[in-house]
Amino acid sequence: MYEFDWSSIPGALPFLWQGMQRTLEITAVAIVVGIVLGTVIALLRLSGNWALSNLATFYVNGFRSVPLVMVLLWFYLLVPQLISNLMGQPSMDIRLLSAFVAFALFEASYYAEIIRAGIQSVSRGQVSAGLALGMTKGQTMRLILLPQAFRRMIPLLLTQAIILFQDTSLVYVIGLAEFFGVAYNTGNRDGTLVEMLLFAGAVYFVISFSASMLVRALQAKLAS
Amino acid sequence: MVTLAAGLDWSIFFKPAFDGSGTYFRFLIVGLEWTLLLSVLSWILAFVVGSMIGVLRTFPGKFLPALGTAYVEIFRNIPLLVQLFLWYFVLPEIVPGLGTLFKQALSPLLQQLISGVLCLGFFTAARVAEQVRSGINALGSGQRGAGLALGFNRWQVYRLILLPVAYRIIVPTLTSEFLNTIKNSAVASTIGLAELSRQSQQLGEFTAHWYEAFIAVTLLYGIINITVMIASRFIERAARLPGYVGGKG
Repeated sequence: MYEFDWSSIPGALPFLWQGMQRTLEITAVAIVVGIVLGTVIALLRLSGNWALSNLATFYVNGFRSVPLVMVLLWFYLLVPQLISNLMGQPSMDIRLLSAFVAFALFEASYYAEIIRAGIQSVSRGQVSAGLALGMTKGQTMRLILLPQAFRRMIPLLLTQAIILFQDTSLVYVIGLAEFFGVAYNTGNRDGTLVEMLLFAGAVYFVISFSASMLVRALQAKLAS
Repeated sequence: MVTLAAGLDWSIFFKPAFDGSGTYFRFLIVGLEWTLLLSVLSWILAFVVGSMIGVLRTFPGKFLPALGTAYVEIFRNIPLLVQLFLWYFVLPEIVPGLGTLFKQALSPLLQQLISGVLCLGFFTAARVAEQVRSGINALGSGQRGAGLALGFNRWQVYRLILLPVAYRIIVPTLTSEFLNTIKNSAVASTIGLAELSRQSQQLGEFTAHWYEAFIAVTLLYGIINITVMIASRFIERAARLPGYVGGKG
């Protein structure tokens, strides 16, 4: 029988917490930028302008056809070069910055599709009503369509955020030590990889499962 | 960007690879083959396991559906990378006897492939299960009742009546799940399996031609995507059900 050795967890807790903060930072940045940029892209796709809507479609399909691992590697290659071209020596951790950019742009393509579907799910009569009341197209979108669409989308947006939270573990491929990275490194150093991986899995499970339970409760509340 | 485009050296793909396996072009093709092999095997496993779990979730009673739900929740709420490491590093250690068998009887390549297939297969199965369940539920209880009234047993009702129709309803989501599996297979690069994204990193490391490597592999993923999408359109057309949205008649 395998002898479990959980001794390296207590000492590593402060570092694991730092890692978790980094995980949450990446998740938060990607959610905020992803939803804002995703809304813009969704609106471009629905704009009716041939060039803009094709550009938006290209963006969405482009990001959605490449594995996240490749996207992370791409931005870890591109971001440092862009930074050094633009402003010389970077003042923050280049890996973290690359992860921020990669996740924000990648998630925007997923959020854009959720938001587009949300907008399209609002009935056409609402648009006509807005226009008939003398609102401009922009006002109809901003005051009538988007509020209703977002209300409907909230559960999906949150579910995507949970998936995103789990996906941040992939920054392992660019060597950034967020929660999973810290757990893995600690396990490797102390020879307790088995225990640290089980621990990391359990933490991810508890957080994601609780969050998805909350989303489900919210969904039920919104539906009633 | 202009200077970058001019600086790219595509002849790198005709130079011999560091591992002596042929040109770097061949090197990437090997990666493509591993990506496809891993994805196809995983998807088959996901389809079989996912169908069983999905069916379980539609059974009457409390216990069996709860078992199915537990499976789905566990595999959906742990990151894929963590799951892969659990399969690859943890499972052989903690199951008595498995570690020595796994490490001695199998080549490293086979160890990586088996861990990758099990990980991706069981992970994707949770998603397939949800689709199978919704496909079966979409049929309503009438068909099940009719089948039972005709004297079929439960197994026959699923095999002969519910599943054939349910599968045809969920063909579009099953094919998009295959695309997800291909993209997810890139995670296997972290345990050293020589699939596409791993090969691009290796190519970059050994030749310093990062841009050429990444552009080529990104395009290959794009080509796989488009090919599968076109193929799935044919499958979807063939599988469409009359009387359903998108169906004929």
